[in-house]
Amino acid sequence: MSTDVVPGFVAVVLVTVATLAIGTWGLRFSRTTSDFFVASRSVRPGLNASAIGGEYLSAASFLGVAGLVLTFGADMLWYPVGWTAGYLVLLVLVAAPLRRSGAYTLPDFAEARLGSRGVRAMCSVLVVAIGWLYLLPQFQGAGLTLRAAIGAPAWVGPLVVAAVVLINVGSGGMRSITFVQAFQYWLKLTALLLPACVLLAVWAGDGAPDPTIGAGAGADFWSLPLGEGGGQGLYVTYSLIVATFLGTMGLPHVVVRFYTNPDGRAARRTTLVVLALLGLFYLLPPVYGALGRIYAADLAAAGSDTLVLELPRLMVDGPLGEVLTGLVTAGAFAAFLSTSSGLSIAVAGVLSQDVTGRRYGARRLSGVSAFRAGAVLAVVVPAFVSIAAPDVGVARTVGLAFAVAASTFCPLLLLGIWWRGLTAAGAVAGLLVGGLGSGLAVGWTLVSSDTTGWVAVLLGQPAAWSVPAALAAMVLVSRATRGQVPAHAGRFMVRLHTPEAVQLER
Amino acid sequence: MWRWRRTHLGTEADRATFRTLHTASLAAPALREGLTNASAERSLRHLRALLGTPAAALTDTSGVLAWDGLGHHHTAETAQVVADLPEGAPTRITEAHCKDKGCAVRQLVIAPLVVEEVLVGTLVVGAPLATGGLVRAANEVAAWVSGQLELASLDDSRTALMEAEVRALRAQISPHFIYNSLGAIASFVRTDPDRARELLLEFADFTRYSFRSHGDYTTLSEELRSVERYLLLEQARFGDRLKVTLRIAPEVLPVAVPFLCIQPLVENAVRHGLEASADKEDGVGHLSITARDLDQECVIEVEDDGAGEDPERVRRALAGDTSMDSVGLGNVDARLRNAYGDDYGLVVETAPGAGTKVIVRVPKFAPGVQL
Repeated sequence: MSTDVVPGFVAVVLVTVATLAIGTWGLRFSRTTSDFFVASRSVRPGLNASAIGGEYLSAASFLGVAGLVLTFGADMLWYPVGWTAGYLVLLVLVAAPLRRSGAYTLPDFAEARLGSRGVRAMCSVLVVAIGWLYLLPQFQGAGLTLRAAIGAPAWVGPLVVAAVVLINVGSGGMRSITFVQAFQYWLKLTALLLPACVLLAVWAGDGAPDPTIGAGAGADFWSLPLGEGGGQGLYVTYSLIVATFLGTMGLPHVVVRFYTNPDGRAARRTTLVVLALLGLFYLLPPVYGALGRIYAADLAAAGSDTLVLELPRLMVDGPLGEVLTGLVTAGAFAAFLSTSSGLSIAVAGVLSQDVTGRRYGARRLSGVSAFRAGAVLAVVVPAFVSIAAPDVGVARTVGLAFAVAASTFCPLLLLGIWWRGLTAAGAVAGLLVGGLGSGLAVGWTLVSSDTTGWVAVLLGQPAAWSVPAALAAMVLVSRATRGQVPAHAGRFMVRLHTPEAVQLER
Repeated sequence: MWRWRRTHLGTEADRATFRTLHTASLAAPALREGLTNASAERSLRHLRALLGTPAAALTDTSGVLAWDGLGHHHTAETAQVVADLPEGAPTRITEAHCKDKGCAVRQLVIAPLVVEEVLVGTLVVGAPLATGGLVRAANEVAAWVSGQLELASLDDSRTALMEAEVRALRAQISPHFIYNSLGAIASFVRTDPDRARELLLEFADFTRYSFRSHGDYTTLSEELRSVERYLLLEQARFGDRLKVTLRIAPEVLPVAVPFLCIQPLVENAVRHGLEASADKEDGVGHLSITARDLDQECVIEVEDDGAGEDPERVRRALAGDTSMDSVGLGNVDARLRNAYGDDYGLVVETAPGAGTKVIVRVPKFAPGVQL
């Protein structure tokens, strides 16, 4: 083992051991009655927001964005902008009503709103699909990180992350504690912020060279918002905006966190703080991207996802560089672990309810074993796929997960919350149109390597057509079946939109 | 092959029976909701198929609830006949007054629907001619419908019983508890007036919550707050003889739980824990309350280190044997099952001399459960 790998190795081992230890023993808060009023201990919006940030900021944010900015330039800033602005849409249109509905998961909401087991089942399938699609890049990112940090083969990363998540879930750390996830956010922020400060100081010491006057093809377009794509570039940008702005509300591991808020008002406050925290975090990856233009231009061609991990060593020599490398490696690994455990638990919950917890013949697994079986299924499938098909860009796969979420759950939530006329048949039609449309695009993108031409562009970024199509299908079929509007729709709407403080018969 | 299939599916008579039973089973679910416009509407189609007549109607004692088949213009006339029907009247046949020569409804068979010896409505069958066979069929179908309606009223009374039990539980704050708490507070009035005042306020809040009249569900946080008040008052009385540990995951505080589902369990635990404490070396009863987050559900455990209980007695208490002293146990169990299904009953782990642990599992979301 050369000395190069020591900091990365130490960082990965530390993060892994810490995660396992916290998952196994938990943070046991023991209180006695001298400490009164449990209710006042309910999770504060600030803490909950940090936890959402910790679970949300994944490999795509930590590694992918910097790499994309390095390679494709300023138009890729739409990714972080969209991932943040998604919470703005969530804040304005969804957060408080969703909390007031009392639903824990998205299938719960569908069932409560439409009173239909069929829609619930469809939503469960979609949660699993989106969860797997989102887990895939986490595992890929883990492979990349371990290869860059300690030179391990690409399959080691997925295996380590999968194993840690499984052990964690299996040993009783069922739902990661809010406090731990909140800590993860601050860990990730520190792991990017400190090295960024040092690197900026180095950059200033070098006379602050301009990153836009770099070498390489397309240098003129690098700092322009639409890049060099022309009509296609414009379409891709708009599609990306639609997917990221509207997809956040459909991510299974984000939605369940809102249940922790005591009421709708707290849910809104939480979302507001999330916006601030994400805004702060997303300032950093573009800094790495821009510095990469100057100091690591050759990475742009050869796998730019590792830029964040390599840059400190390229810019700073000696022990300081090693320490900074260790720090970003730890942050990246924490990103995989926290996001994938949150996602695995969300997927495992759905699987244990609808698949592994079912009665098969005379056998039926008990609650905990069903959950564990679900967790194995939830982790093993994407881990296997990520090893089998390792070369799809991290941020691109995450973009697809957002596109599927935006084409399915976004219409369901928006119409379910804001339109009385939604019927179960309409919801099924919309979910089918959106799910099949975006699903087709995902399948095509994962299999094909073609990235030019309109077909490739339309299928590579489906949101701009699949979201309107799903919305239209939902509205039209609901109008056609207007006799089937659930009897409790009006009452349910009142519950969704009336602040809890108002006294009324709900 | 043909012969085999014939025998396999039964004779023609067998299959007629199957068809009849199937049609009856289609009508049953609606009727089990009781006799309303909606249930009459949904079941009548199948009832008319059973009878094989051109028209059929279901009425209550004042008017027609639903009419299926031909001859809708007889509705008003039928309503008049039904309204005049005396209590205990047998099945009767009336002529239908109709100016339309082509109308298939010339005679109406009116069969009473009787639930617990009270006339609740009628089954009206319209036909060109009321033959003896038709009257017999109408009678049999009416008797079957009456049976289903009787089951419906049974369901209703079971729900009503459940509600009455919750009301009883609310009023069940034991007189001893009130008396003892006030006594304990009185003992602080001179020595520690501030504490006495605080305890009195806690007492007021505790009773306000317990006597609350609206809502079947509350949040776990509200329920635990009430439990804490209760424990505070008990501790004022017992001092160091009662040690309580609370370990609550803040994530599960917003979960909706049935009103007063934890409180009775804690009362039992305090009583059992303290009963045994006198025999122990340090004379202290320990009680611990835990609430954990288990993804889609939350688990609440109430544990004491008291005398424990014979599992057989607990089984009887859970089965609703009211002669047992753990009155709340059966009630809480029944309400949990009623709200969340049989998978979510109480689990009690106990043995004589080994303390008692009661485990409540509550799903974070269940259809129909709301604050």
